[in-house]
Amino acid sequence: MDKVMSNKKIIALYVLPALLLIITLVYVPIVLTGYYGLTQWDGIGERTFIGLANYSKLITDSLFWQSAFHSFLLAIFSVISLVAYLAVSLVLSGKIKGANLFRKIYLVPMLLSSVAIAQLWIRIYHPTNGVMNRFLESIGISNPPLWLADTSIVLFAIFIPIIWQYAGFYILIYYAALKNIPESLVEAAKIDGATPLQIAYKIKVPLIASVIKVTIVLAVVGSLKYFDLIWVMTEGGPNGASEVMASYMYKNAFKMNDFGYGSAIGFFLLLIALGVTWIIRKLTATKEEIQY
Amino acid sequence: MEKATETQTTAMLPKQKRQVARKPVLTRIASGILYLALLILAVVQILPLIWLFLFSLKNNQEVFNLAPLSLPAEPKWENYVKVWTEGNISMYFFNSVWITAVSVILTVLIASFVTFAITRMKWKLSKLVLGLFMVAMMIPVHSTLIPLFSFFTSIHLMNHPLAIILTYTAFNLPITMMILLGFYYTLPREIEEAAIMDGCSIHRLFFRIILPITTPVLATTAIINMIYNWNEYVFVNTFISSDKYKTLTVGINNFIGQYSIDWGAIGATLMISILPILFAFFVLSNRIVEGITSGSVKG
Repeated sequence: MDKVMSNKKIIALYVLPALLLIITLVYVPIVLTGYYGLTQWDGIGERTFIGLANYSKLITDSLFWQSAFHSFLLAIFSVISLVAYLAVSLVLSGKIKGANLFRKIYLVPMLLSSVAIAQLWIRIYHPTNGVMNRFLESIGISNPPLWLADTSIVLFAIFIPIIWQYAGFYILIYYAALKNIPESLVEAAKIDGATPLQIAYKIKVPLIASVIKVTIVLAVVGSLKYFDLIWVMTEGGPNGASEVMASYMYKNAFKMNDFGYGSAIGFFLLLIALGVTWIIRKLTATKEEIQY
Repeated sequence: MEKATETQTTAMLPKQKRQVARKPVLTRIASGILYLALLILAVVQILPLIWLFLFSLKNNQEVFNLAPLSLPAEPKWENYVKVWTEGNISMYFFNSVWITAVSVILTVLIASFVTFAITRMKWKLSKLVLGLFMVAMMIPVHSTLIPLFSFFTSIHLMNHPLAIILTYTAFNLPITMMILLGFYYTLPREIEEAAIMDGCSIHRLFFRIILPITTPVLATTAIINMIYNWNEYVFVNTFISSDKYKTLTVGINNFIGQYSIDWGAIGATLMISILPILFAFFVLSNRIVEGITSGSVKG
């Protein structure tokens, strides 16, 4: 039995297709991105080695830091919205009629492509015909904002559909985790006279702490690399007001043909994503896992 | 400070016990408010899509003059006919269908192979290889984009569907494996022990016994992969330049960019692009829910 199940040839045959794909298309590229960052390259011609020039340019590039700031702002927004999702899930996981239907309805936007969502929200924000300003005008606001054309609010106007898109995803995760808590624990607390709020904060939330940790990492890393919806809605504009790290990278490489600098940004993005993941895991590390 | 509130709340507990008789009324009001909040959230999540459906059935005059959520006098189904026949939408649609189908089959099969080897077979590096796949989930797509662009150019796969099929497969392997892992770990060892004792080969064991047993979880991974691939944008936008290979996301984005004045046509295009997913959701919502939760929490 053991001999059959440790046949090297068969193991290699089963593992190699997946391993080759992930190494060639994920791991080799992230190393190459770091290397291409050391070169000057227009994407077609020869690569010229220029040392750390791109990276030192990146450190002093105020446009990049502005886009990094926007990415981190999105991360902070996403984490704050997690609190609201947790609250919704706590309500939903109590004995609510139709909870299953609710969580499915919440999930619908998450299933649609970012392109479709972006194109839809471009219409929603349309200054004259969009449903947003039609509504604002109907309640008597005569000068509604221009939304995507206004540099001071475009970033937040874009955050709303992103939050709208992912709400159902996080609610679903929290709901599943809360449903896993043994009924006996909640019953015991009720007998001891705990109020529903106390049960939520002192029993349910601590019990799903590990899941909350995972969602924080997902929300932060997802925000830092966010691209699709922003690219389709504004391409980072107007005037860089909604630029994020990924859109700045894409613009430099595939619009301005500066693939060396684009690679440097891509490598930086990787370091930031991995670094932030590590920091969050350190900060939220618990000394003992809760057993129940 | 925290200590003080804590003792206060415990001191309050006996009092609340005495109020038990009044509780149902209060609870009913409170849960009424909470229920309303859940309903409002449901409306917020669904209303933009209802608005989209309604304006896909209107002409510009109706979009601009009628109330946003009103029905048109006569639904303009011709918007759908027009974008389906006049633009390249039908071509993009079928590209999405076959590229998604091929990628899903390839991903699920290759992921099953490696998950089987990691969970059922004995070899030293299995933990390391598993870690390699799990870490890949944290890597931003944009950190791989330029080298992939350069790699596909050098092997003449640029503007070729195989470039996106291979990329989809590689990037969806981790999530697919994660969903499969939970199921594979629960399979009893006795199954393969009995099979091997009877002289069954490993390939036969895998294809005739393990794969059929895992059908339910395979369906879950397939639907999750289908949603991801159907909605993918960056890779197609970067690797595919000719119309004949573009998928719906990139296709409709270009199409809408060119015909940005005709709201009915835009609405119809967007509806066509999301209908397959909405349809899959109505039929398979439990599988989708299961896939999304098991693919994210068990890490």
